[in-house]
Amino acid sequence: MLTVIFGLIGILILGVFLLLFRVQSLVTILRDTDERGGLSNRINGALMLLVPLIGFIVAVYHYPIAAKHFLPEASSIHGKETDSLFWITLTVITLMFLITNAGLFWFAFKYQYKAGRKVVFFADDHKLELIWTAVPAVIMTVLVLYGALVWNRAMMQEPPKDVQVVEVMGKQFAWQVRYPGKDGKLGKYDFRLTNDATGNEFGIDFEDKNSEDDFIPREIHIPVNKPVLLKIRARDVLHSVFMPHFRVKMDAVPGMPTQFMFTPTKTTTDMRSQLGNPNFNYELACTEVCGKGHFAMRYLIVVDDEPDYKKWLAEQKPFLEEKPEFKGKGMKSLRKKNVAANEEIKTKKDI
Amino acid sequence: MELHNHGQSAVAEAHTHDHHHDEHEHHEDGFIRKYIFSEDHKTIAKQFLILGLMWAFMGGAMSVIFRLQLGFPDFNLEWLRPILGTWINETGKLEQEKYLALVTMHGTIMVFFVLTAGLSGTFSNFLIPLQVGARDMASGFMNMLSFWFFFLASVVMFTSLFLETGPASGGWVIYPPLSALPEAVPGSGAGMTYWLISMALFIVSSLLGGINYITTVINMRTKGLSFARLPLTIWAFFLTAIIGLLSFPVLFAAALLLIFDRSMGTSFFLSDIYIGGKALHHQGGSAILFQHLFWFLGHPEVYIVLLPALGITSEIIATNARKPIFGYRAMVGSMIGIGVLSFIVWAHHMFVTGMNPFLGTIFMLLTLIIAVPSAVKAFNYITTLWKGNIIFTPAMLFSIGLVSLFISGGVTGIVLGNNALDIQLHDTYFVVAHFHLVMGSASFFGMMAGVYHWFPKMFGRMMDDKLGYVHFWLTFIGVYLVFFPMHYIGIAGFPRRYYSFSTFDFGKSYADLNMFISAAAIITFSAQALFAFNFVYSIFRGRLAPLNPWDSNTLEWTTPRVPGHGNWPGAIPTVHRWPYDYSKPDADKDGFTDFIPQHIPFSQTPNSNFEHENDLIAKQEGKKNSGDNEHKHH
Ligand code: HEM
Ligand SMILES: [Cu+2]
Ligand SMILES: [Cu+2]
Repeated sequence: MLTVIFGLIGILILGVFLLLFRVQSLVTILRDTDERGGLSNRINGALMLLVPLIGFIVAVYHYPIAAKHFLPEASSIHGKETDSLFWITLTVITLMFLITNAGLFWFAFKYQYKAGRKVVFFADDHKLELIWTAVPAVIMTVLVLYGALVWNRAMMQEPPKDVQVVEVMGKQFAWQVRYPGKDGKLGKYDFRLTNDATGNEFGIDFEDKNSEDDFIPREIHIPVNKPVLLKIRARDVLHSVFMPHFRVKMDAVPGMPTQFMFTPTKTTTDMRSQLGNPNFNYELACTEVCGKGHFAMRYLIVVDDEPDYKKWLAEQKPFLEEKPEFKGKGMKSLRKKNVAANEEIKTKKDI
Repeated sequence: MELHNHGQSAVAEAHTHDHHHDEHEHHEDGFIRKYIFSEDHKTIAKQFLILGLMWAFMGGAMSVIFRLQLGFPDFNLEWLRPILGTWINETGKLEQEKYLALVTMHGTIMVFFVLTAGLSGTFSNFLIPLQVGARDMASGFMNMLSFWFFFLASVVMFTSLFLETGPASGGWVIYPPLSALPEAVPGSGAGMTYWLISMALFIVSSLLGGINYITTVINMRTKGLSFARLPLTIWAFFLTAIIGLLSFPVLFAAALLLIFDRSMGTSFFLSDIYIGGKALHHQGGSAILFQHLFWFLGHPEVYIVLLPALGITSEIIATNARKPIFGYRAMVGSMIGIGVLSFIVWAHHMFVTGMNPFLGTIFMLLTLIIAVPSAVKAFNYITTLWKGNIIFTPAMLFSIGLVSLFISGGVTGIVLGNNALDIQLHDTYFVVAHFHLVMGSASFFGMMAGVYHWFPKMFGRMMDDKLGYVHFWLTFIGVYLVFFPMHYIGIAGFPRRYYSFSTFDFGKSYADLNMFISAAAIITFSAQALFAFNFVYSIFRGRLAPLNPWDSNTLEWTTPRVPGHGNWPGAIPTVHRWPYDYSKPDADKDGFTDFIPQHIPFSQTPNSNFEHENDLIAKQEGKKNSGDNEHKHH
C-alpha cells in the first residue's frame, strides 16, 4: 500500500515538473506556428490507435483475473435464467462496444490531417441510416422479449399453496426474520404495536391466533428446491433485501409490504464443497441506503436439505414461549390503553 | 496563416471601419454592472463556468476522499482533520455517516451544479445569442437572476457542509423516509433543510434560464436562420431547456411535499414508521410516490446534462473533421426522440421497489427503445470522422473521447434497462460504472471540449494546446481505469453507498482492484490541475486569439476578438446556409478553402453550390434589397 502512495506522490511531483516546464515555455515563447497537421497532430493520431489497442490488450489479459471473483453460478432457478440472459446480453454489448469503438478510433487515426487529402462531402445517406436504426431496433426487440419472458417467470408467478413463507423485516441496522410456525400463517402486525423496550420488535398482534406459533430465528433457514416466499417490509426507512447468490433483490418499504419468491437449488453444504471453501455462507445484504450502518446489515442464510430443514424447524420455539407476557395483547388492548390514557389526561385537564 | 478565411477577415475589417459604436468602451458600465450584476450573456456564461468549475473541483475532491476510504480502508486520514474536522473520528478514519454525506454531496454537486449549471448554463448562455445572431438573451435581467439564484443555491449548499449535524446524507436521490427523519441520519436534520432550500433556488435558476433560452431561440434568430439551419449545439440547448422546463417543476413539487412531511406533519411519503423508540403518527403516505416524482425529473435530468454535451460534440467534430456532420436531420430527430422518450422511462430506476411487475415490463420496453436514437447518434459521429481530415485540437480529442465514453456507458444501459437483469445489478457498482461513464464522464468531456473550443471567444486568448493534449490523455485513460473495473465489482455484487466491503464474505474479494481504482481516481483528479493552470494562465497570458481559430462556420466567429455588449459592432450578419459546409466540392473555385461560413450567400459561391442551393439565390437576392445587414466580401 505504501508503495502505491509513494507512486502517487511520484506522479504528482512529475506533474508539478511538467507544469513548471510548461510555464517556462509559455512565458518565453509566443508561438504562432499553428500549422495544421504538425507533429502534435501526428502524435495524437498515433495515440488514437495505440491507447485503445493497449487498453484492449490489458483488458483481455486482466479479464480472467477479475472474473475469478465474480459470484458463483446462481443458486436459484430464476437466477440461472437471468444469468444466461446476462451473459448473452454482455456478449452482444461487448461486440457493439468493440465494433463501434474500433470504428471510432480507427477512423480518427486513419483520417488524421494530411495536406491535400480529398475530404468526402458526405452529409446524408438514408439507406445507411435506415440500417443502423433497424439493426439496433431488432437487437433491442429480441432482448426485450427475452427479458420479459425471464422477468415474468421470476416475478409474476402465483405462489403455490405449500410455499415456505419467511417474513424479512429491515430496520436500522439489522435484518429480522419471522416464520409462520406450524400453521403456515404469519400473524398480523401493526407498527403501533412495535416496542423495542418490551421486546415486540415486529409489532406482532397477538390477538391474532396465527401469531401464536410464529417464531423468530437468528438465521434464515430454507429448504432446497422448494419455493420460498419472502414477505418483505421495513419499519423505519427504506432497506432492500439483497441475496447476491440467489439473484434476489427487493426493496423493503415502510407502509408497503413487498415480496419476492424464489427457489434455491443448492444447499450450503453443496456450495461449500463445490467452491472448496468450508467457510462459505449465503449472505443477505442491504442495497438501499439507510444510514450509518447500511454497509453492515449482514444476515446469514442457510439452505438445508429436507431432513436438516425439518430438524431445524423442530428446534425452533414460538416467540410466545419465550415471552408469554405478550399473549393475547394486540391492537384492541392497545386502543383500550390509549383511550384510558386520554381519559386520564382529560380528567386532569378538567380538574 | 495560409488557411484563413477570406470572407471572415473582410467582415472583421469592415466592422472596425464603420462600427456604430462599441458599447463596451463608450458608455462605462462600472465594474459592478460589468462583471458582477451583468446582464450580458457572455459575462453570465463565464460566471456559470467559473462557479461550475469551482464546484467540479470540490465534487472531485470529495470523491477522492471517499475513494481513499474504499481503496485504503486502513489508511490513517488524520492529516485531513484540518479540513474535515470532526468528520474524521478518533481512530483517524472517516466517520461512517460522513461517508454518506460526502457521497450525497458529491452526487448532488456533480449532477446539478457542475453538469447542469456549469455545462448547460455556461454554453447555452454563451452560444445561443452568438450562434443565432442575437445581441443578447431575450431577457438579460432574468438571465442575470438565473445566475444569482444559482449562486444563492451554491451558498446554501456550501454552508450546509459546515452544519454541526452535517449536510444531507441520504444519497443525491434523497429518498424518504431517510431524508425526512432526523432520527434516521443526522444529515436529515438541518442539512436536508438546506439541501431542499438550495435545490428550490436551483430550480428557480434553471427555469429562469430555460425560459430565456427557449424564447431566444424561437424569437431572436437572425434573418435567414431557419430551424433547419440551426447549429446542432443550439438544437441541443433548445431541447434541453424544454426538457428542463417540463421536468424541474415536478422535482419542485416533490421537494415541497417533502418539506411539508418534514415540518408540518403531513404524510405524503411517510407511513407506518417506528423509529427512535417511537411509532410516528404518519399513515397512508407512499414512499414510492416520491420515487416516481423524483425520477420523473431524475431521468430527464440525465439528458439535461448529456444533450448539451452531445450538441457541443457535434459542432466540434464536424469542424475539426473538416466535414459536414453526418445525418443532420437524423441528429435532430434523434435528439427530439430522446427528449420525448426521456419522459416515459423513469420507472426503470424502480424495477425492484415493489412497483407492480407488469409496469416493470412496460418500462423496460420504453427504456430499450431509447437505445435506438442513442445508437443512431453514435453511428453518425463515427461516420462523420470517416474520410474526413481530422485536426486534433484538445476540443476535438475530448469530443472523440466523449463519443467513446458515451458508447461504453450506453451499452451497459442495455443491461440495466432489462428488468430481469436489473434485479441483480440494481444499486450495485455496475450502476455506478454505467452512469459515471455515460452521464458523468461523457458530459464532463463535453464540458471540457466546449471550454477548449470556445475559450478564444470567451476570453480572446488561446489555451495552450500541448497542455490540453496531456490533460486529455491523462483524463481519458484515467476515467477508463477508474470506471471500467467498477463493472467487475458490480458483477461481483458489491452494493453502492457502502462505507466498507469487509463486512461481507462476498465483498472481500476485490481489495486490490478497489485500491487500484482509488489510485487511478487520485491521478485522474490530479491531472485536472493541468487544466486549472492552463485555464487561469491563459485568461491572462494566453496567446491572443485569431478571429476564427478553428476555421469554423458558425456566426460567433464573425464577431470581434472580444465581442462587446451587443456582440456585433455593426449590423447582425444574415445567415444564408447551414453551418456544416466543410470541404464542399469546388469551394476553391469560389475562393474559399475548406469551409464556407454561414453568412456567405449562395450568390457568392456559384461553383460550389448544389442545384437546390442555386435555386435559393434569387430568394436571397430579394431579401438583400429589403434588408441592410448584408455584407460585402472582396
Ligand atoms: C473524479 C471523478 C469521480 C470519481 C472518482 C467518482 C467516484 C464515485 C463513486 C465511487 C461513487 C459511489 C460511492 C458510493 O456509492 O459509495 C460516486 C457516486 C456518484 N457520483 Fe461520482 N465520481 C466522479 C465524478 C463524478 C461525476 C463527473 C459525476 C456527474 C454525473 C458523478 C456523479 C455521481 C453520482 C450522481 C453519484 C451517486 C451519489 C449517490 O449515491 O447519492 N461523479 N462517485
Ligand atoms: Cu441499507
Ligand atoms: Cu433513467
